[in-house]
Amino acid sequence: MITEVLTIAAEEGATEHNPIIPLWQEIVVGTIAFVILCAVLMKFVFPMMEKTFAARVDAIEGGIKRAETAQAEANQLLEQYKAQLAEARTEAARIRDEARADAEGIRQDILAKAREESDRIIGAGQEQLTTQRESIVRELRSEIGTLAVDLAGRIVGEALADEARSRGTVDRFINELGATGSAGGRR
Amino acid sequence: MIGQSLVLASEVPFPPSVEDFYLPSIVPWNAHDSYWFTKITALLWVSVAAIIIFFLVSYRKPQLVPTKKQWLAESIYGFVRNNIAVDMLGKRGVNFAPYLTTLFVFILVMNFWAIVPLAQISPNSHIAFPAILAVISYVMFIYIGMKHHGGLKYFKHALIPPAPWFILPLLIPIEFFSTFLVRPFSLAVRLFANMFAGHMLLLVFTLGGFAMLNANIWFAPFSLVSWVMTIALTFLEFLVICLQAYVFTVLTASYVQGALADEH
Repeated sequence: MITEVLTIAAEEGATEHNPIIPLWQEIVVGTIAFVILCAVLMKFVFPMMEKTFAARVDAIEGGIKRAETAQAEANQLLEQYKAQLAEARTEAARIRDEARADAEGIRQDILAKAREESDRIIGAGQEQLTTQRESIVRELRSEIGTLAVDLAGRIVGEALADEARSRGTVDRFINELGATGSAGGRR
Repeated sequence: MIGQSLVLASEVPFPPSVEDFYLPSIVPWNAHDSYWFTKITALLWVSVAAIIIFFLVSYRKPQLVPTKKQWLAESIYGFVRNNIAVDMLGKRGVNFAPYLTTLFVFILVMNFWAIVPLAQISPNSHIAFPAILAVISYVMFIYIGMKHHGGLKYFKHALIPPAPWFILPLLIPIEFFSTFLVRPFSLAVRLFANMFAGHMLLLVFTLGGFAMLNANIWFAPFSLVSWVMTIALTFLEFLVICLQAYVFTVLTASYVQGALADEH
């Protein structure tokens, strides 16, 4: 049966083929086809891919570099800001201290001035009081003198002609009065 | 009964033979001695056209941020470039990446016809095509070796290993045999035989199913098993397709690596 089938097959296919012997027609066709394929792919496609790869690597590396620069810049800015902030803080503290000292100074100043003013006012008041008292005392003396003379004149019923004499008497009287009065006042 | 089964068996030729790989030509129609335009060469041209169109279309306007198609094309090239060429040849591998990728894609697509419905035969099951590729690899690694080491010094470098003098008469023929005689044949035959055997296996199980059914209708379950096996073997064939494309490319790169090596 097998031989029969084989003979049928052999009758159909005109020649016997040896699979290990290449057909020269196929070698020619295959070579042409493969050369065309190689030419197109190796000339137009893969070099482009290499270029794209290189561009991609470039883009990524450039991006990384840019990011690094930006990062460094940001860090620098941050440091700067931090330094500025610290500076501002010490400055503020200094200003606060200064202001506090100033305020204390001003307070002391004002206090001193107020004390001085009050002292001055008190002094002036006392002085005025003394002056007024003196003038009042002087006025009272002359008044009392006159009143006394008048009273004496009325009592005596005669006008004292000799004023100078009478004044001397009055003055003496008042002085005696004053001496006893002041001695008594002081006591 | 026997006569009837014989008639049916002749309708579905079993067992498959070498002649099943040599189909009648397309132009001129049904000729058995013309090989210029057959199913095999047609598939070859379709493969070449498909690869070229795919790469040209997907890489017409390359962008830094790739589109899906561009990404696919780039990953194919990137796979061979980084995982084969650069891995084995170092920085010089970039120069060989275009050829190695072309080789890889060509073999892959050519092999792939083995499991494409209706095509279902790989042009690589005809030894002519693996032979062309093997000869190119062979010439390439010898040329690169001669260029790298300076003319005939390459052969001295390749043939004379650093060994005691008395062992050299034994080593030199072995080196010559393995490096300059066996390599192209092993490359070509490995690929060819894998695709040939794969096609043969599929034929055996597919035709075997029909043959059993024709022989006796009660064999139908066995036929069914046979066809299920065909499907399973198609998956195995897919593995072989990818593996052989990879192996051929890696071996070519490895030969170039040997030619460029400065020490043994």
